Amino acid sequence: MRTSPLERSVTIVVLAVGSLVALFPIAMIVASAFVSDNPNETGIVWSNLSTAWDEGHFSTYMRSSVVVTLCVVVLATALSCLLGYAFGTMRFRGSSVLFYVLLLGLMIPNEAIVVPLYYQLRELDQINTYQALIFPQVAQSLAFGTFWMRAYFRGTSRELVEAARLDGAGHFRTFWSVLLPMGRPAVVTMVVLFSMWTWNEFLLPLVMIPSNEELRTAPLGLTFFSGQYTGSPSLLAAAALIVALPMLLLFLVAQRHFIRGMTEGAVKG
Amino acid sequence: MTSEETVAVPTGDRVRDTRSGRGARRRPGPPGEPRRVAYLYLLPGFVVLTLFLLAPLVYAAWLSLFAWDGLSPGTWVGLQNYVDVLTDPTLRAPFGHALVLVVFFSFIPVVLGLFAASLLTRSTVRGRGIFQAVVFVPQVIALTVVAVAWKRILAPDGPLNDALRAIGLDGIARGWLGDPSTALVAIGLVGTWLGTGLCTVLFLAGLSRVDRAIYDAARLDGAGFFRETLAVSLPSLRNELAVALTLTMVAALRTFDLVYLMTSGGPGGATAVPAYEVYMKSMRQGDVGTGVTIALLLAAFIMVLTVLVNRIPEREDR
Repeated sequence: MRTSPLERSVTIVVLAVGSLVALFPIAMIVASAFVSDNPNETGIVWSNLSTAWDEGHFSTYMRSSVVVTLCVVVLATALSCLLGYAFGTMRFRGSSVLFYVLLLGLMIPNEAIVVPLYYQLRELDQINTYQALIFPQVAQSLAFGTFWMRAYFRGTSRELVEAARLDGAGHFRTFWSVLLPMGRPAVVTMVVLFSMWTWNEFLLPLVMIPSNEELRTAPLGLTFFSGQYTGSPSLLAAAALIVALPMLLLFLVAQRHFIRGMTEGAVKG
Repeated sequence: MTSEETVAVPTGDRVRDTRSGRGARRRPGPPGEPRRVAYLYLLPGFVVLTLFLLAPLVYAAWLSLFAWDGLSPGTWVGLQNYVDVLTDPTLRAPFGHALVLVVFFSFIPVVLGLFAASLLTRSTVRGRGIFQAVVFVPQVIALTVVAVAWKRILAPDGPLNDALRAIGLDGIARGWLGDPSTALVAIGLVGTWLGTGLCTVLFLAGLSRVDRAIYDAARLDGAGFFRETLAVSLPSLRNELAVALTLTMVAALRTFDLVYLMTSGGPGGATAVPAYEVYMKSMRQGDVGTGVTIALLLAAFIMVLTVLVNRIPEREDR
């Protein structure tokens, strides 16, 4: 059924205004990153990015962010698949109790964990280390990952599993060679969300990396940068762009996965 | 993955679902066969969970019973920290601020998203796909970057004030984050910006599953846009509503990055929120007991809210 021309126009206006509002802050940062702070210098300036990169030590911060994100994503993905396989296809005593524990992991906010964890790790001399950034984030990612993969494994065909078993495949082979390869889309969605959450995380590095500049992640580095370069908005914008760019690019290529993952109910603790 | 398998919203019915599934699917052969080997698959994950999630949680509960500065030995105070946080107005205020943020991070985006999605579902307009992607972008940017951008927009000489002055509203123009009466609302508006796109995309996905015939029937009955949104779209979006409310309310209650970077809780404590107080008290001000207590109360509050919100979809079955 068709709608009135008036309503169509309203819809188009809403589309346009909504898009403008959503993009304005980002467009402003991008625009600002390519003009000079010196009012006499006009036109597009490329040097802000390289200046911000060098002066802000972003090669260090980006390396640290990449290391942490890679480790968290690989570990969390592997463990989530194993947990999801067990919960999705096997029957065992205590499964519902263990499932409740996972539910808890989904609802406990990061904020409640970070402080006690800091004092525990300080006791073990593990502050200012990669481990202190990686393992807590693996733990926080597991709840979502397990729910996600469990849903996938539950949805797989029983006949296929039976067939694999008749062919002599054990439980691990069924998992590794039959079910997991078919679950690639689900795994990719999970990997994309893990990457985004880890890359953007701020509180954990703020607490766990109080003094080791080498291990500062990019978002944490940005806050130090913004404290030092308040007088040069273009440099700050360039630095912000450097931090946001990897996820913007990932969104550009894996947009479907972001939206699917989030709309199918991603809740991260 | 079907919508019923929507994974990550921890609703009660999903748990019940696993229990009933055990009896219902009692057939021979794997999967479904009792398997001890399952524990082997669970082991690595649960080791990490125990060490880095459960142990800190238990330790937090222990720490909350002490007055401790983080260095010298602590003093046992029993439940005094809880009494303090619940009765001291300066410690309670952050929770009030968090509730204000819920309105801006959650309620307003849900309403805006509902009407936007309903509008877009009624008329077939080109560019819907691009629109979805565009309004989703705020979700993927680090909040530290969002803070840099919005701090500039809200600055005394920023674009917002420029726009206000351009239309003759010089009187309202101000340093939005520096004024105690507007700082919290200003942070809230950033939340509205963050959440509206997410809600719209969620609701669009939900509405695409609604039978078009219901819309046609409603329109034959003479339902206008608002009637249709409330009578057709809203009831068919129970699941999406629960997800949208959960995601945005939890984001509101956990707000830390924006406050830390945009206002540092100021001016005069106007934007102090629980997560920020947790950090300040336990990491900066040497009052770990109070900080951890705030953290646990916040966690409890979030859990209760999550469970309550996720009862919305269930009502349908009764």
